[in-house]
Amino acid sequence: MSEKKEKKDRVLSIRDLNISFETATGTINAIRGVRMDLFRGETIAIVGESGSGKSVTVKTIMGIMASNGRIESGSIEYTFTDDDGEVKTVDLTKLSQKEIRYKFNGRHIAMVFQDPMTSLDPTMTIGKQIMEGMLAHLGLSKEEAKKRTLKLLEDVGIDEPQKRFSQYPHQLSGGMRQRVVIAIALACDPDILICDEPTTALDVTIQAKILELIKKLQKEKNISVIYITHDLGVVAKVADYVDVMYAGRIIEKGNIDEIFYDPRHPYTWGLLASMPDTDTSSTRLFAIPGTPPNLLEKIEGDAFAVRNPYALAIDFKVEPPMFNVGGQHRVASWLCDPRAPKVEVPEQLRQRLNRIRKEEANDNI
Amino acid sequence: MTTFNEPLLHVEGLKQHFRITRHYTTKAVDGISFDIYPGETYGLVGESGSGKSTTGRTLIRLYEPTAGKIIFDGRDISGKLSKEDEKYLRTNMQMIFQDPMACLNPRKKVMEIIAQGLEIQHLYKDRNDLENKVYSILEKVGLSREHASRYPQQFSGGQRQRIGIARALVMNPKLVIADEAISALDVSIQAQVVNLMKDLQDELGTTYLFIAHDLSMVKYISDRIGVMHLGHLVETGTTDDIFSNPIHPYTRSLLSAIPKPDPHVEKNRISLSYDKDKEGVDYNAGTIHHVSETHQVLATDEEFERWTAM
Ligand SMILES: Nc1ncnc2c1ncn2[C@@H]1O[C@H](COP(=O)(O)OP(=O)(O)O)[C@@H](O)[C@H]1O
Ligand SMILES: Nc1ncnc2c1ncn2[C@@H]1O[C@H](COP(=O)(O)OP(=O)(O)O)[C@@H](O)[C@H]1O
Ligand SMILES: [Mg+2]
Ligand SMILES: [Mg+2]
Repeated sequence: MSEKKEKKDRVLSIRDLNISFETATGTINAIRGVRMDLFRGETIAIVGESGSGKSVTVKTIMGIMASNGRIESGSIEYTFTDDDGEVKTVDLTKLSQKEIRYKFNGRHIAMVFQDPMTSLDPTMTIGKQIMEGMLAHLGLSKEEAKKRTLKLLEDVGIDEPQKRFSQYPHQLSGGMRQRVVIAIALACDPDILICDEPTTALDVTIQAKILELIKKLQKEKNISVIYITHDLGVVAKVADYVDVMYAGRIIEKGNIDEIFYDPRHPYTWGLLASMPDTDTSSTRLFAIPGTPPNLLEKIEGDAFAVRNPYALAIDFKVEPPMFNVGGQHRVASWLCDPRAPKVEVPEQLRQRLNRIRKEEANDNI
Repeated sequence: MTTFNEPLLHVEGLKQHFRITRHYTTKAVDGISFDIYPGETYGLVGESGSGKSTTGRTLIRLYEPTAGKIIFDGRDISGKLSKEDEKYLRTNMQMIFQDPMACLNPRKKVMEIIAQGLEIQHLYKDRNDLENKVYSILEKVGLSREHASRYPQQFSGGQRQRIGIARALVMNPKLVIADEAISALDVSIQAQVVNLMKDLQDELGTTYLFIAHDLSMVKYISDRIGVMHLGHLVETGTTDDIFSNPIHPYTRSLLSAIPKPDPHVEKNRISLSYDKDKEGVDYNAGTIHHVSETHQVLATDEEFERWTAM
């Protein structure tokens, strides 16, 4: 790697990842050729409908994939500084799940799940649960760990840390519990924080506060975040880069502006257009027709073709490659082929994009 | 708004208290009043724990109200129900729930699930008539007759919610209470279900009470909205009143938290906080103040003056 200052540190690099699950009814090809890069201090969001493969991707990174799953091919290279201060790169797919969990989980890579209640132990005090990892990984004394825990509780915005320290999860509200889960995840100063729908179960007012908290902590601690969500509003708030996933593939990726202000894939159009927009008086929502494909069956051509009003004949036959459309923007759609006919984005989305462009122009005067 | 109509549902001073211990009572619903008119959609929003579900369950009489009046289609259904009123209620008021899987019996086929209400109330001539009613409603909600012989776990979340809607609408009810009916679905599928509910309303004239904790979808479906917090209705108005001219600080905080698909706006926005105790708001001290003929706020005189001056 070059030593130039402006070169960003790559912490995670996923290449050609393929994962399948063996089930009673056959083999599910859940992840079909995922490529992803994560740099220090940056946030990528993986967005897509349920079943698109978001959780499987990150569970593989954490070494917590279900036992019927198999990595068919691909690599997940993780670059980190070990306890002796040496920079190392390991391919996580070459390690056993146990090894990943023992060596990296909590210490280097930490995760926040959707439902705080399932990731907290109801029989243990909050303080104990946060200290557990510190004592195991950082070799701190009890007093040091307690001091650190109280500071952490304060960092995640919990009032009266002293009192909360000895309380149990059920004594806290849903939003407070999720803050505790975040505190546990950050207890050992990880490089990578993976958040799998961390606010889906929370009220919007609390969601907004949790997202603001994660952003603030990320800045302070310079950690990299992978954010999983089906909600593009959340993506807009937190992400630097976006990977749009559909049926186990990334079908569009780019920086946040490229994805939100210049989307190219009809699936991304659909996701953006079906988001309610509180600024227009339109009374009808755009909806993507149909449902995601059954991954038990072999997918011929573009997996989205059957739901895609803009599908070309070739979409039903040949899987589109990733087209480079400039900048950091990549799109897996035949519509980006120079020979493809020109198409218009859906009406609702076009109106919104035009309005945003106008507002920006006015702001710049 | 057709305010000169008789309301389909009239709720006055409704309270639902749960006694937890001898010394402690949860006042889940603490004196709310509102009307719902025929053919409209009334959105009830507020954070979790504000009493929305309890309101819905009390209206459909899963609970005995602690106090207050519920008049449904001209009948008082707040006290002990006569046999006839009970049957009328079980037919004409239906509920759709959040988790379609949890409330669909996994051992029953879709046919049985949807037909159940008709069977209990004997609303069919013969087996043939019953099955035809089920087939016809399945098609209306965007499923097909083949789906009738399948089990709920063979459907996606969005499809299961369609089954939930079919089960409610097959009764040909006057009022449907949808309690977080779309909250568990992906945004793209939420849009499908909201559009479906609107289309069915246009066709059948059904009235909806649409309960949700998320204001953004509510905007698309509701004619009027009630904002609930800690058992009180703090603000009510037309959808436009609530979105264009929110008065109550709680309503404002809810609106400020709606994520927008616009990163330049989102990245710079800090959502508003609202803590009623810090601001010294006492809901029991407030009375209904009229902002306009359609728009009401729960406030003391002083609060109302302060909030409308902002
Ligand atoms: N243990 C498993 N066995 C079989 N299929 C699985 C398993 N885990 C996940 N899948 C399948 O893999 C696909 C992707 O799932 P997931 O990553 O959980 O989606 P999401 O994008 O909603 O997080 C889905 O089709 C899911 O059914
Ligand atoms: N059956 C019950 N027994 C006791 N308390 C209840 C019961 N149902 C609801 N509550 C309480 O009433 C309050 C309002 O709950 P709910 O109506 O479910 O709110 P929402 O639907 O707005 O989230 C909460 O504090 C809840 O814990
Ligand atoms: Mg998931
Ligand atoms: Mg509820």
